[in-house]
Amino acid sequence: MSLRKDLLGLMRGDSQADRVVPRSGQSARLTLATSAAMAFLAVFAMALSMASGRLADRWSDALAQSSTIRISAPPAELEAQTWAVLTVLEQTPGIESARALSDADQQALLAPWFGPDLPLDDLPIPRLIEITETTDGYDADGLRLRLAAEAPGAVLDDHSRWRTPLAEAAGRLRILGWLALVLILGATAAMVTLAAQAALSANAQVIRVLRLVGARDSYIALAFVRRFTVRALTGAAVGTGIGLLAIAILPSARDTAAILTGLSFSGTGWLWPLIIPPLSAATAFTATRIAAFRTLRGLQ
Amino acid sequence: MIEMQDAAYGYGAEPLLSGLSLHLAPGSFHFLTGPSGAGKTTFLKLCYAELLPTGGQISIFGHTATGLSRDGIADIRQRIGVVHQDCQFLDHLPLTENIALPLTVTSKGGLVQESNLNELIGWVGLSARANAKPPELSGGERQRAALARAIIMDPDLILADEPTGNVDWDMSLRLLNLLVELNKLGKTVVIATHDLALIRAAKQRVQARVLRIQGGQIISAGADL
Repeated sequence: MSLRKDLLGLMRGDSQADRVVPRSGQSARLTLATSAAMAFLAVFAMALSMASGRLADRWSDALAQSSTIRISAPPAELEAQTWAVLTVLEQTPGIESARALSDADQQALLAPWFGPDLPLDDLPIPRLIEITETTDGYDADGLRLRLAAEAPGAVLDDHSRWRTPLAEAAGRLRILGWLALVLILGATAAMVTLAAQAALSANAQVIRVLRLVGARDSYIALAFVRRFTVRALTGAAVGTGIGLLAIAILPSARDTAAILTGLSFSGTGWLWPLIIPPLSAATAFTATRIAAFRTLRGLQ
Repeated sequence: MIEMQDAAYGYGAEPLLSGLSLHLAPGSFHFLTGPSGAGKTTFLKLCYAELLPTGGQISIFGHTATGLSRDGIADIRQRIGVVHQDCQFLDHLPLTENIALPLTVTSKGGLVQESNLNELIGWVGLSARANAKPPELSGGERQRAALARAIIMDPDLILADEPTGNVDWDMSLRLLNLLVELNKLGKTVVIATHDLALIRAAKQRVQARVLRIQGGQIISAGADL
């Protein structure tokens, strides 16, 4: 019943031992088809997890080192408060650069919503100052206090209000992807266990004959384990191949923030799904081995 | 070889066999007889640890049956050749592979030359049927194939359960002769049968003993023919 011996036996193979247990068309097809389907789903779960990871990283990194100050003041005070804010920023540790957006810049920012002909001078549009932080960052609370004293119309927006929940959501989506992968492996184990138990029960007479002629339970179990492991490996390889093909022909990600079009692998990420077939085989090996020894213990 | 001390076995509350005390010596030849349902098959199953005694003690090749592990039982069976009444073959394998099955399952297949296997199949007169599947064989052919499978591992003990139950008289004598030959080679043979003519026929060929089971007990253990 040694695991090492069973693993060696599995890898070595034994064509004569394989013939001892009759082939059952139904359980073979069931194991192959289910393993393929599970592997196909696993590829998507993995792609979802990786895409979510990339998105979370992007949302965490994007604007992570930038902030905006919005100055809403009467037109007469706007210029003075802008200079006051820029002066404060120059003296604040952790600020790499600060730049007041020109009218043209602001026009360009608003153009997608209001069109290119927006009369900016006629509207009470706040002045925007774009801040780039150093890697150490700055003390946001301290800056807010100083801005309140020097430029009462200035409001600091460090983007964390909307960036943090989005990054958190993407991070949880990544965890859900991996959880789905674990559940798929669990379902594969359950399916293989049921199929193996059915095969063992259907072959009770074969087992009786094998025991009669001196076969050890480890030999009988290995005959079933090898068969189910090979089926799971073959099915998963086919399912993974089809899954990868399906991912490859998905529309490419034009909008980098879009999760649906970003559902893909990138770079060496394409290699990750290759672990699904051996993982399925290992799951089938373990599940069948446990089921086989449990069933054999129960058989007279 | 096999030692029983007040051994008993029952399928329910009532014991089918009880007070079994005997010794099967190496190289001996025994007939086990008694009416149908007396417990002949159960006795044989106790001898190869398919059943374990519910009372008393049975020692097989020096090992207490109730103390044997699963692997221990498998190892014991590699030293015992069993010929079942219904033969018990793997129907999806040809005759040759069925006969070689004990070698296959113990990974000793490589130790036996194909010529030796063919010689054994020839000895039981089945050369022409070597590639046939068990369901295609007649009752006599199945019994001879079962005998060939039983002895392929060169066992110390051969247990045959009604080996002539489904065959005509000529085939019965042929099977008896094969078993007598094996006994002369030093094998211990136990044949369960209710065929008294077969026992009488054996008298001219071998010195055998009759174990008669009646009322759940062996009542004439050791009686010479």
